[in-house]
Amino acid sequence: MAINIKLRAGNGEIKALISHPSENGLRKDPKTGQIIPAHFIDSIKVALNGKTVLDGQWGGGVSKDPFIALRVKGMKAGDTVNLSVKDNKGDTGNSEAIAS
Amino acid sequence: MNATRRLLLKAASSAGLIASAVAAGLLKPGHALADWDSAAFSATRLNDALAAIGASGATTSLDIVVKTPDIAENGAVVPVEVFTTLSGVEFIAILAEKNPTPLIAQYTLTDFDGMLSTRIKMRETAKVRAIVKAGGKLYTAAREVKITIGGCGG
Repeated sequence: MAINIKLRAGNGEIKALISHPSENGLRKDPKTGQIIPAHFIDSIKVALNGKTVLDGQWGGGVSKDPFIALRVKGMKAGDTVNLSVKDNKGDTGNSEAIAS
Repeated sequence: MNATRRLLLKAASSAGLIASAVAAGLLKPGHALADWDSAAFSATRLNDALAAIGASGATTSLDIVVKTPDIAENGAVVPVEVFTTLSGVEFIAILAEKNPTPLIAQYTLTDFDGMLSTRIKMRETAKVRAIVKAGGKLYTAAREVKITIGGCGG
């Protein structure tokens, strides 16, 4: 299943909101008492005009529906920003935006 | 998918073979070579997590500002912003010192312009620590966040 990403870029800043449960594998289901298995994004990559500017790894300590923002040197209006993620179950997401 | 990737990486010792695997759609570029750092993310003690990311000897720096709320009522969502005026930033890691596993995120960066932000979970009142590698040297700064309700479960 594709992971949904909202991506925005402008004024030198890239921001993204990623729809994901981000379960760390420590929480119990309040109804069943069973541990909810770990399910989190473990890899995130941001590219500006095809060049990787962020190559990151996440653990289960990132909040549900992860948010990331960063400032990148030299980004200008019209540049292409691409953000891709992968979770520990192998699901992936990819989003592209044009910087304003 | 991970098993496939490992087999491919084992079999393909040359970059050419990996490139053809990327072309064939078996591997996704960008996620092909950097394996998830299981040892660092599984470390349950702060010092072990810092050692696993090679950041044990980081120097405290006033050129890094970790911006967080003073008090976070909900430990499940704590906004953390890392600002730095250091030049040549190539790596940033974020840790919550008293979390069950302290390492939360680590990033390799190019053309970084001084600001990185993520929202994290915190189990209890603790310092949030940023590690920044710039110009080949390791620096660190931390800020305490008071947590009303822990956000890690367990």
